[in-house]
Amino acid sequence: MTQEAIIQVNQLEKKYKAKEKMFRKNTEYIKAVDNVSFHIEQGETFGLVGESGSGKSTIGKSILRLQSISNGEIIYNGKNVFQLDKKEMRHLRTKMQFVFQDPFSSLNPRLRIGDALAEPLLDHGLATKKNVKEKVMETMEVCGLPTYHINKFPHEFSGGQRQRIGIARAMIMDPEFIVADEPVSALDVSIQAQIINLFQELQEERNLSYLFISHDLSVVEHLCSRIGVLYLGTMMELASRDQLYENPLHPYTKALLSAVPIPDPTKRRERILLKGDLPNPASPPSGCKFHTRCPFAMDICRRVTPEFKEREPGHFVACHLVDKDETNT
Amino acid sequence: MSYSNNEVIQTDHITKTVQRSSLWKEVMKRFFKRKMAIAGLIILLLVFLFSFIGPFFSPYMTAGTNPQEIHQAPSLSHWLGTDHLGRDVLTRLMLAGRISLTVGIGAMLLAVTIGGILGILAGYYGGLIDQIVMRIADILMTLPGLPLLFIMAAIMSEWQVPAEQRLYIVMIMLSLVNWPSLARLIRSQVLSLREREFMVATEVLGLRDKRKVLNHLLPNVVPLLIVTATLSVGGAILSESVLSFFGLGVVPPTASWGNMINTANTLIDFTNRPWLWIPPGVAIFVTVIAVNLLGDGLRDSIDPNMKGR
Amino acid sequence: MTQQKPLLSVNHLKTYFQSDDGLVKAVDGINFDVYQGETVCIVGESGCGKSVTAMSIMGLLPDSSTIQGSINLDGEELTKLSKGNMRRIRGNKLSMIFQEPMTSLNPVMTIGEQITEVLLEHQVISKKQAIKKSLELIKLVGIGRGEQIIKSYPHQLSGGMLQRVMIAIALACDPKMLIADEPTTALDVTIQAQVLNLLQDLKEETNMSMLLITHDLGVVAEVADRVVVMYAGKVVEQGTVEEIFTDPKHPYTRGLLQAKPVLGSRKKRLYTIPGQVPKLVDLKPSCYFADRCEHCMEICTQQTPELKCNDNSEHKVACWLYEKEVVHQ
Repeated sequence: MTQEAIIQVNQLEKKYKAKEKMFRKNTEYIKAVDNVSFHIEQGETFGLVGESGSGKSTIGKSILRLQSISNGEIIYNGKNVFQLDKKEMRHLRTKMQFVFQDPFSSLNPRLRIGDALAEPLLDHGLATKKNVKEKVMETMEVCGLPTYHINKFPHEFSGGQRQRIGIARAMIMDPEFIVADEPVSALDVSIQAQIINLFQELQEERNLSYLFISHDLSVVEHLCSRIGVLYLGTMMELASRDQLYENPLHPYTKALLSAVPIPDPTKRRERILLKGDLPNPASPPSGCKFHTRCPFAMDICRRVTPEFKEREPGHFVACHLVDKDETNT
Repeated sequence: MSYSNNEVIQTDHITKTVQRSSLWKEVMKRFFKRKMAIAGLIILLLVFLFSFIGPFFSPYMTAGTNPQEIHQAPSLSHWLGTDHLGRDVLTRLMLAGRISLTVGIGAMLLAVTIGGILGILAGYYGGLIDQIVMRIADILMTLPGLPLLFIMAAIMSEWQVPAEQRLYIVMIMLSLVNWPSLARLIRSQVLSLREREFMVATEVLGLRDKRKVLNHLLPNVVPLLIVTATLSVGGAILSESVLSFFGLGVVPPTASWGNMINTANTLIDFTNRPWLWIPPGVAIFVTVIAVNLLGDGLRDSIDPNMKGR
Repeated sequence: MTQQKPLLSVNHLKTYFQSDDGLVKAVDGINFDVYQGETVCIVGESGCGKSVTAMSIMGLLPDSSTIQGSINLDGEELTKLSKGNMRRIRGNKLSMIFQEPMTSLNPVMTIGEQITEVLLEHQVISKKQAIKKSLELIKLVGIGRGEQIIKSYPHQLSGGMLQRVMIAIALACDPKMLIADEPTTALDVTIQAQVLNLLQDLKEETNMSMLLITHDLGVVAEVADRVVVMYAGKVVEQGTVEEIFTDPKHPYTRGLLQAKPVLGSRKKRLYTIPGQVPKLVDLKPSCYFADRCEHCMEICTQQTPELKCNDNSEHKVACWLYEKEVVHQ
């Protein structure tokens, strides 16, 4: 860690109660997040990728304490987020923000956007009734929203503009850290590019740190400096962008990368096709969770959970195959 | 109305240069495209005028009973005839309208206030408050409404409540029977709103509870509240009529549409003097239908999810 | 393409809707053909009319719409067919798969019942034969344990499985033409790769034609033979997949290709198409892309360009940039 970490996630675990069965004593648990650790450096964009059910949104929401956690800790600038009292937490809310996937459902349909943006400033006493409008208009401009939209309702905007409103609302209190949960996956390609660029511009201007959650590996490659790959709530691989995209070590990462369709008909590639579907998270496979779909699964994978080890500086992976290769050479 | 809370911020601080769209203007626009709803509204207005302004044009306003003119058929002097005490049926119909409409609207307001507040509290805070409120509601809902009203009315007669006060007690009774279903409806709306992402967003922004409820929850509940309130007026008018018909609600000499029908409680009256029971019956029928048309129209035009989705 | 007769021929198709704001020209005079055994992709952003085109072909439009022009499938004019005759064709010669497999299947019927239902409706076979055929179909779409699957209900299967079941139902009566409306959008990347592979294999096995509707240029490049690019209810460019991807002509097509982040090609900033898709109400004669186009000329705002070829190939484009006489002005 050369730079200071703004977020440190240590052994995070989140269990949900599965269906409670009558006449059975021990309730089953679904581990949505299973012993995940990583940190986010000041000013960087950390990417979390994974398919549905990988627990990536759960991690994002846990960091902002939008849901409880079962184990582990989340440290923001040296403070344990889950040990803050109500007042401290309210103050922290001005520093950490969230951008939602669906810009329509995350905006109150009955609130004009000017009010939606002014509200947090007034509620936290960050602006007076006199200068609030000025601040709102300034943020709107930064986020590419013409200020004459100030009195409109969310339904009067297109999807791309609504996402700009969502971003403006996250930016209005001038936070240090933002969790963006699939912020562009509901948008069209041409709008997606606009929003991705906006994220980059804001980061450069304000030295923001992002946790960028996405299932789209090409978007993550474009935006993130370090990336974690999740599968069924477990971190499979964590590396810098160059390491991960040029030298993926985990078979799951490799399969993910090869599954991304590339818009170039001259490059129709042979893919690593994964067998079968995601296993039921309520009864995850023993050993390495990926062994049921892994083309290289060995006997040991079924029995022993692989360790999450650093293979080269900053490149972590949890896979027996990599272990084996290492001992052979 | 729903966003009067934020209006404070807007009017003072945010540009008025831009043409401001209003959600309620849009609702009105959509409402006025619905012919049946407008018909309902107009009929209702006419019923109001008839009941509240009408009596002032009646020469029989102050006239009480008149033994010389009992059971007269409709004529030029008595358009709808007279009853067994010689009172003008038309005038009584107007006065009864006042009572029935007042009871209907009053009972609705009371039920909506109780049901709305309890529903929002139960839905938003959950836990013990929710348990208590909803269990009481459950208990009230397991008791069949009409028999319950009969029992309460019977007790009221036993205690010899004066006729003028019975009106208010009927209102309270009706709202006591009606609030549980309203609270249930509002609670489920609040529960689904609470899960919506914009409520999570208020949490992210660290807003105070008061603002969350007043600015975000309430404005999204109000449309539903208005619609159910309107529709429940019809129900309240009907219940009042039934009670009064059985002599358990509003009792003579105060007229209500229900007890007016009751005056035609013999076969002779029923077959030979239809002017006694047809006018109040038609009045109830028309009013309730008009209220329901209006409510349906409102429901269709106040779509809380709005277009663009 | 050889000069055989096209299997599906769409000519001057116009589908209009009456809305509160006025007449919406969702599809406004489009032409395209699909030949036996080929895959044609309609690509475009939300609101470009691609799904409405599919629904028009299927005859599944709501009553508030009006339809003009001709849709010819294998010699039959679909727009003139009675409802009963249309139903006979649908699910038989012409079938469709939808974006959301979860909501497209009936939750209270078993998978087996839903497959045999289609067979019994359109073919003269016994129940026993239908069940046998269902098992074959399930095998065909790559699901093992057929006997178990036909007895299960939709909620017991994963999204990828359900989409396979949907494909099995669509293929039940050996359709000549399969319309797939965003068939992989709701699926995870690794599952998407499986389903795309499956569709490709099936097409080769059965020699059916496929009309694939998607917004994902990556998917287009993987599966298409020919591509139709739509924008604001019109076709702006049409050609073989190589032509579209290696030599895109229309500024919109070029913009789309540049705006998408592509695995392995790192750029500092993404190219963006400014602005957003116009509302399809009261559009004046003009190129509908003019206000977002960096090459906009005077004529673009006054006249609608026609879709035509400018050389000997079948590569058609609707853009004034390629009209020779205009360039000379």
